[in-house]
Amino acid sequence: MNAYFRDIALGLWSLLAGMAITIRYFFQPVVTLQYPHEAVPMTPRYRGHIDLVFDERTGTNKCIVCNACQKACPSGCISLDGEKREGQKQKSLTRYELDFTKCSLCGLCVEACPTEALMFSKDYNLAAFDENDCRFDLIKRLEERP
Amino acid sequence: MTMPDPELLRLGAYLLGFIGFIAFNAAYLVWLERKEAGHIQRRIGPKEVGPYGLFQPVADGLKLMSKQLLVPEGADRFLFRVAPVLVMTPAVMSFVTIPYSDSLAARNLDLGLLAVFAFASVNVLGLLLGAWGSRNKYAVISAARVVSQNVAYEIPMLVVVVTVVMITGTLNLHEVAAAQAGGFWHWNVLRLSASPLMPVAFLIFFTCMLAETNRAPFDMAEAESELIAGAFTEYPGMGFGVFFMGEYANIVVGASLATVLFLGGWGCPFGLFPGLHWFLIKLYAIIFTVIWIRWTFPRTTFYGLLNLSWQVLIPLSFANLILTSALLKVW
Repeated sequence: MNAYFRDIALGLWSLLAGMAITIRYFFQPVVTLQYPHEAVPMTPRYRGHIDLVFDERTGTNKCIVCNACQKACPSGCISLDGEKREGQKQKSLTRYELDFTKCSLCGLCVEACPTEALMFSKDYNLAAFDENDCRFDLIKRLEERP
Repeated sequence: MTMPDPELLRLGAYLLGFIGFIAFNAAYLVWLERKEAGHIQRRIGPKEVGPYGLFQPVADGLKLMSKQLLVPEGADRFLFRVAPVLVMTPAVMSFVTIPYSDSLAARNLDLGLLAVFAFASVNVLGLLLGAWGSRNKYAVISAARVVSQNVAYEIPMLVVVVTVVMITGTLNLHEVAAAQAGGFWHWNVLRLSASPLMPVAFLIFFTCMLAETNRAPFDMAEAESELIAGAFTEYPGMGFGVFFMGEYANIVVGASLATVLFLGGWGCPFGLFPGLHWFLIKLYAIIFTVIWIRWTFPRTTFYGLLNLSWQVLIPLSFANLILTSALLKVW
């Protein structure tokens, strides 16, 4: 008989405890991120697709067209061209294309680069309807980047 | 040109007023439910359709109405069609006797409480007929669960209500509410002089109300994860919509009854400015709690549900009845 009433009292108490928890949550601020309208704050070590690094001293990219990234890439998604310009010791980059349809985001190109001209971008909205939208011109991206 | 019969006017006002009230509640309790569920889970809830998602019920209604009204092959067409109405109508009719304020009630019946419970029992019949008429074994099995659940919870509910009737000495809902006028210490929940178990009686009534309206944690009728949406598995479009509206209308009826029987109806807790607004505040506080409970507790098992009723609620409600009658009549 005692156990019967203890069960009821304990059961009622646990129900009230549960309701206290939910009502506390009810008055706490919502944590929903309004995804298409709000951007996710990216962690600094997020490894998206590659981008060219902007060199503040020269005002352009750091690439010397050594093709190390192209050779390091296991899926062959990098293609680049350069030319030797008047009065320059190294080649300058004229075309750098990343075929993101093939890229596996392994980052080997970034490690292979001798001049640290490549970095990971923080972009994540990369779904596209057209295959051609996944071929990135990294020189253009560098110029358009703020 | 003679004036129309005042009875007809009264009927028209009732139909317009209460059906409007019920339709508004059925639509916007869904919205409230989703908002409250969202905030308990620290989400936002509906927000895209209209400001704060306020047009969401309209969008839901349009979607339900645009669906094809299929009748399963071999189903009893008449029962299948009439069952949603049988769930909705008693809920609407229960509003006849509920006094919203001192002067606002469709009918001041002397047997109002009895009428409400008589109408409320038709609701189960509607669910059972709907399941039977749709020629689906799963639906029939879950309708059997609904019936046994409702029978099990009708008993403690009625016993608790009998206690209240003994205290106030009337079945007239208007008089029951009027007898609790004054501060909250006059309300039946706290009428400890009549029976020290009155708060427990209110809890019993509230639990039974949850079970009678098939709300979580007692929503065996539509245990969608276990029973393929339960008794109305076969209902498409607005047929299902009407069942759904019936459920919410029943919540409003249950919350109104709890307000009238235990929380002093339209009376203010401090004895000041009684009126319709206090009724609505109490009504929606109870409905808020009902939704709050739904999003706190998981669904019970069926054995847990029946054990709670037969082992706990019924003995306690009878104990309360005996104690009340002893205190009222013997001493």
